[in-house]
Amino acid sequence: MTTPEVRIDEAGTTGVRPLLEIRDLAITFKTGGGDVQAVRNAHLSIMPGETVAIVGESGSGKSTTALAAIGLLPNNGRVSGGQILLDGEDIAHASEQRMIELRGNTIGMVPQDPMSNLNPVWKIGYQVRETLRANGRPSGPEDIARVLSEAGLPDAKRRANQYPHEFSGGMRQRALIAIGLSCQPRLLIADEPTSALDVTVQRQILDHLDTMTTDLGTSVLLITHDLGLAAERADKVVVMYQGRVVEAGPSLELLRNPQHPYTRRLVESAPSLASRRIQAAKEQGVETADLLAPAAETAVADNVLQIQDLRKVYKLRQGFGKATDFAAVDGVSFDVQRGTTTAIVGESGSGKSTVAKMVLQLEKPTDGRILFDGVDTSLLKSQELFKFRRRVQPIFQDPYGSLDPMYNIFRTIEEPLRVHKIGNQASREKKVRELLDQVALPQSAMQRYPNELSGGQRQRVAIARALALDPEVIICDEAVSALDVLVQAQVLNLLADLQANLGLTYLFITHDLAVVRQIADHVCVMEKGRLVETGSTDDVFESPRQEYTKALLNAIPGAKLMLPPEVA
Amino acid sequence: MTSNNSHFVAPIDETPLLATDAVKTDQAPLSLWSDAWRKLRRRPLFIISALLILALTVVALFPGLFTSVAPNAGCELANSEGGPTAGHPFGFTFQGCDVYSRVIHGTQASMSVGVLSVLCVLVIGVTIGALAGYYGGWIDSVLARLGDIFFALPLILGALVITQLPLFRENKSVWTVVFVISLLAWPQMARITRGAVIEVRNADFVTAARALGVSKFGALVRHVLPNALAPIIVLATLELGVFIVAEATLSFLGIGLPQSIMSWGNDIAGAQASIRTSPEIMLYPAAALSITVLSFIMLGDAVRDALDPKSRQR
Repeated sequence: MTTPEVRIDEAGTTGVRPLLEIRDLAITFKTGGGDVQAVRNAHLSIMPGETVAIVGESGSGKSTTALAAIGLLPNNGRVSGGQILLDGEDIAHASEQRMIELRGNTIGMVPQDPMSNLNPVWKIGYQVRETLRANGRPSGPEDIARVLSEAGLPDAKRRANQYPHEFSGGMRQRALIAIGLSCQPRLLIADEPTSALDVTVQRQILDHLDTMTTDLGTSVLLITHDLGLAAERADKVVVMYQGRVVEAGPSLELLRNPQHPYTRRLVESAPSLASRRIQAAKEQGVETADLLAPAAETAVADNVLQIQDLRKVYKLRQGFGKATDFAAVDGVSFDVQRGTTTAIVGESGSGKSTVAKMVLQLEKPTDGRILFDGVDTSLLKSQELFKFRRRVQPIFQDPYGSLDPMYNIFRTIEEPLRVHKIGNQASREKKVRELLDQVALPQSAMQRYPNELSGGQRQRVAIARALALDPEVIICDEAVSALDVLVQAQVLNLLADLQANLGLTYLFITHDLAVVRQIADHVCVMEKGRLVETGSTDDVFESPRQEYTKALLNAIPGAKLMLPPEVA
Repeated sequence: MTSNNSHFVAPIDETPLLATDAVKTDQAPLSLWSDAWRKLRRRPLFIISALLILALTVVALFPGLFTSVAPNAGCELANSEGGPTAGHPFGFTFQGCDVYSRVIHGTQASMSVGVLSVLCVLVIGVTIGALAGYYGGWIDSVLARLGDIFFALPLILGALVITQLPLFRENKSVWTVVFVISLLAWPQMARITRGAVIEVRNADFVTAARALGVSKFGALVRHVLPNALAPIIVLATLELGVFIVAEATLSFLGIGLPQSIMSWGNDIAGAQASIRTSPEIMLYPAAALSITVLSFIMLGDAVRDALDPKSRQR
């Protein structure tokens, strides 16, 4: 590693030369509709050993900027202006030859999606060796094992002989980090390295990445949509919006004192920070009632849903004719009070979505009972089940998958009315217009198709569809997880308003405790099919009794940040 | 440039804050089909093939507009293998019939066999494929094996056997050819449908429809099938061309349409006798056949590109 040179910069202050400096960068994409400027006037600098985070919503140009720095822009994109200085050398228009030299041993990359970024037909060890070889480093079995074990993979020698499908998401991401850092690059670009992982795994991986890059003195360019995570992990934060850098500065300073209106908006709506703020306020004795979403008065326990000893066993096929039992949900009991929000929290594979499916009567429980308004739902005849469907409606996670692409918005929202034969053509159209108003979509959106709407808008259409039958209970299965932070806040506010106006009951399935803190009255924590802790949101957040709950709470990014409480 | 610790803020007027998640209202609403139509309209491949098919359809429906010579009329052995003369631009066959008139009148038989076979294959293949893919389990196993049995029969061999059954030997007509082709060709349509249905059946919007109270079969008809249509339409267009060739092949072998019906296959078979002396007699029906098949295959390609979900904007 070269020793950083001391130099005098333009401002006349003494400093070391930045490892990466991006000046006035502009990136243009050629599309069917002409040229589109994806990035304009972007600038940032990373000192040796420093971690800098780029924060922004999808489409803000954050990933594009990072891809330009490693020379991997898609074919229709090009750097149309500005400079990318790597240790003083402009690589914005460097030859492919030069970029190949730089990639791997000077600039490393950890891509976003651990599921698709490992080649499924090659062993993990082979994929590590490929990188080592390409950069002229020793690539014997011991070297591969060392690289993998440094990234925190236990039993690395044996693991190197396995295929990607034998790895869990977290292990794959570790393997990708191992590949990214295998040649000890001076700069590591990590593009949303943990957004596809469970929170506790995310925490472990980021901790490990921190330790490794500190030991090696690597600079990190971290790309994330989560301001809390960025502030916790990075020395400096760069906020991008519509292809421009709108604000940049030391992370804590930026969080405490956001200047640009967009940053202010981000800071206000980041769920991880919001829940942190509630926590901080509480420690200073501020009343929680002002900060939490208004909890309904629950003088009389009116349980609209009662789940009793619910069990769901799947048969896992193992070879010919053999099957083993797998309990996805095991002995789960809880009550949902009318007019409140109950959250089921857990990581992937905890069985939380299976519970939701059973409550919706889309899966049959193996054992146990679900009482809706005191009636066992498994005993419902088909006519009664049809009526039950009017009263309990779902909202799903993936806003791209939950709307039929062949139906326009009007037909989508009208469908429940038509299926239940409510009203005539005219009254149904009136109802659809009302529903669009309720979810704050313009009535002109009626004739549009789902592919013309953004994720948040589709989710609002899904909410409107769920509301069409005036249901009592809405089951939100990860309903906001796929959305950008600001849009997520918008949808959560909408849900809270609808609850206040219509007296809805929500069963909220999520992996994100930060979101739970914002909206839920009661929490059920699930782990591996079992309920490990239940209680009011305040109790669970303030004094978690189980280790697992504590681990989950600690894993909320930004949990360690000290922020001043914000009292409206 | 920012130095290490400065706090940079962009001038606010440079990036004005937009409303979070506003609906774009500047474009006309676009369904999958209108989007595909817009893409198709600009493709030369589509324009050429569509014009050709349109012309062929007109010829098939109104052959009288293009030739005044009635089918099989005025065949005189004196004209055998005669060259082009006024009113008979393609010359005469071995039997002394007008080649141009035969080619024009043959269009109807070839096109109707193609269209009718595709319709039959669509009905059988889509029904079986959709049921197998949507319900899965034993229904799928039974239907898939059934399809495999027919899939294993080569078209020509199967047709040879079936047309030798007394019932078919006696009553050769357009319908027997359609029946034979459909019987042997539906498994491919069923396979494509099954795959497309399986891809769609677990989509969230199907689950959402079920949770609304739509019945299982209702969800198949209302949501799953419309979303599985694209590959089905593409295959149907391509198969139209393939079936026209199949009819010509069967007629050429003498097991397709009876001699009394004019078709390109029969004409090609009849022209064998004079292939050495005047090969152009075979050229004309063969060229008509090639152009027709090529048009349908080009159309299929263009439609496939237009309906490709990967090229759809999100």
